[in-house]
Amino acid sequence: MKLIDPHVHMSARTTDDYEAMRDAGVVAVIEPAFWVGQPRTTLGSFQDYYASLIGWERFRAAQFGIRHYCTIGLNSKEANNEALAKEVLEILPLFASKDGVVAIGEIGYDDQTPAEDKVYRAQLELAKELNLPVMIHTPHRDKKRGTSRSMDVALEHGLKPGSVIVDHNNEETVKECLDRGFWAAFTIYPKTKMGNERMVEVVRKYGKERIIVDSSADWGVSDPLAVPKTAKLMIERGIPKDHVEATCYGNAILAYGPSGQFNESDWLTPSAIDQRTLFEGNSVLRGQQPRVDEPVAAKGLIS
Amino acid sequence: MIKTAHMPVTDAMTLLDSWLQRQLKAETSVWLCDTCASVAAGGGTRALFIAFSTAGRRAGRDDLRLGEVDRTAAQAARSGWDPVRWSIDQAVRTRLVLALPSSDAKAWLTTLDQLFAAAGLEELVALYQALPLFPHQDLLAPRIAEGVRSNMKPVFNAVALDNPIAGERLDRDAWNQTVLKALFVASPVARMVGAQRRANTTLAQMLIDYARERIAAKRPVPGDLWDAARPGCDTAQRVELDRLQHSAAAATA
Ligand SMILES: [Zn+2]
Repeated sequence: MKLIDPHVHMSARTTDDYEAMRDAGVVAVIEPAFWVGQPRTTLGSFQDYYASLIGWERFRAAQFGIRHYCTIGLNSKEANNEALAKEVLEILPLFASKDGVVAIGEIGYDDQTPAEDKVYRAQLELAKELNLPVMIHTPHRDKKRGTSRSMDVALEHGLKPGSVIVDHNNEETVKECLDRGFWAAFTIYPKTKMGNERMVEVVRKYGKERIIVDSSADWGVSDPLAVPKTAKLMIERGIPKDHVEATCYGNAILAYGPSGQFNESDWLTPSAIDQRTLFEGNSVLRGQQPRVDEPVAAKGLIS
Repeated sequence: MIKTAHMPVTDAMTLLDSWLQRQLKAETSVWLCDTCASVAAGGGTRALFIAFSTAGRRAGRDDLRLGEVDRTAAQAARSGWDPVRWSIDQAVRTRLVLALPSSDAKAWLTTLDQLFAAAGLEELVALYQALPLFPHQDLLAPRIAEGVRSNMKPVFNAVALDNPIAGERLDRDAWNQTVLKALFVASPVARMVGAQRRANTTLAQMLIDYARERIAAKRPVPGDLWDAARPGCDTAQRVELDRLQHSAAAATA
């Protein structure tokens, strides 16, 4: 089965992770712009980070036969450095309109401060202007209220719920999210919060419509194989196969496809120029052969 | 500033226009023509940045279809220029950058640096392979050095292969390093423009040493190393190169 991890911070991961993901059936990933574990202090740090998401990381992923996409945005934590946030907002349009940028994100609230609110709203306007979907990072604290508020503000700015992906949902937030017509994404955490067993029950209860599974793996304790493992567990627990395919592959294409930047044909039938450039090099693998011979027919965790 | 620096730009623009005309949809042609006109008229960099970023979506990413006549014309417009592996979006991106006013060299370079700083992978490839067509070739040395230093093979290839600028502008040490790097990353050295002319004994020695290193490690020697080393060899080096080639062949037989 082909899988997509539509929220994973590959910049923080190793080539072993890429290899394991590919072997488990992951064909495409989306890397949302986020913070890097500590606050950045200059505009140049942001600029180089965004450039790495549309350049180096895309190249690195391709070495393993995985298509890499990203979202561009200023995260809620760093929105609180108001002077720097203002400068970052000014350069965002330059990066947000690049090839392979599938949404504005991940944006939203952390501590729900006025500064976060201002930056969130400015970026909702940018998404509207560029006709891009929005990926919302919902707060880990005061979650239920923060999630409702994120959706309220998105609607207030005239975004359609169908073009907004609300991430880091749990059993408490999912119903409102789906009832209001938003995409409900779930991050599978290895220890706390949402684990894969609970995810199986969410899909059993709510079905496959507008539900998306991701790993949000980053530099913290996280699992880049969360999507394949959850897909496997769903199959074992008797969730219909089409539900697994939708929540672990197809729904991501439906949600981010309207950007015009996330097409199944990119990885099923890459263009000649992509085959010549993207899939030819192997500097990461050094002495080894690039693992791109059979990008799709990987030995997945599930077949 | 050299006056003749602008000559290839004009010819290349004409060629790109005629090639793109054949493959672009009518409305895309109009869009490109209008955008280039406004960029050329000094209409600000915003229009250029947006058009440059969205070129792939607008024009598609098919191969640029060139015949022998076109390749001959390319060589005539800019010696060493062979865009036979270019795609349509790359040609469009190049055409857009060539539209940029260049009479003020400093302003021109500032805009070019901004394009590079915010470029994605595909855009970097387009920019680097278009370098030989740009005006102010004498200002591009740092950019060329940055390109051959890239860890992204498509970017390295865009400067090092099918591109005359590396052979023209890199000093001997930098050129030698670039040839060796091409072998390291398995880029075809035969596609490095000017390799015969730039051959030298130092490079020959570097390649001989590299071949020895590979043989000692019982790893295959890149097949194109021998041809890359031979033109620069002195008599003693040639003997050593032949000896190594035989032992490498024997090891893989
Ligand atoms: Zn994240």
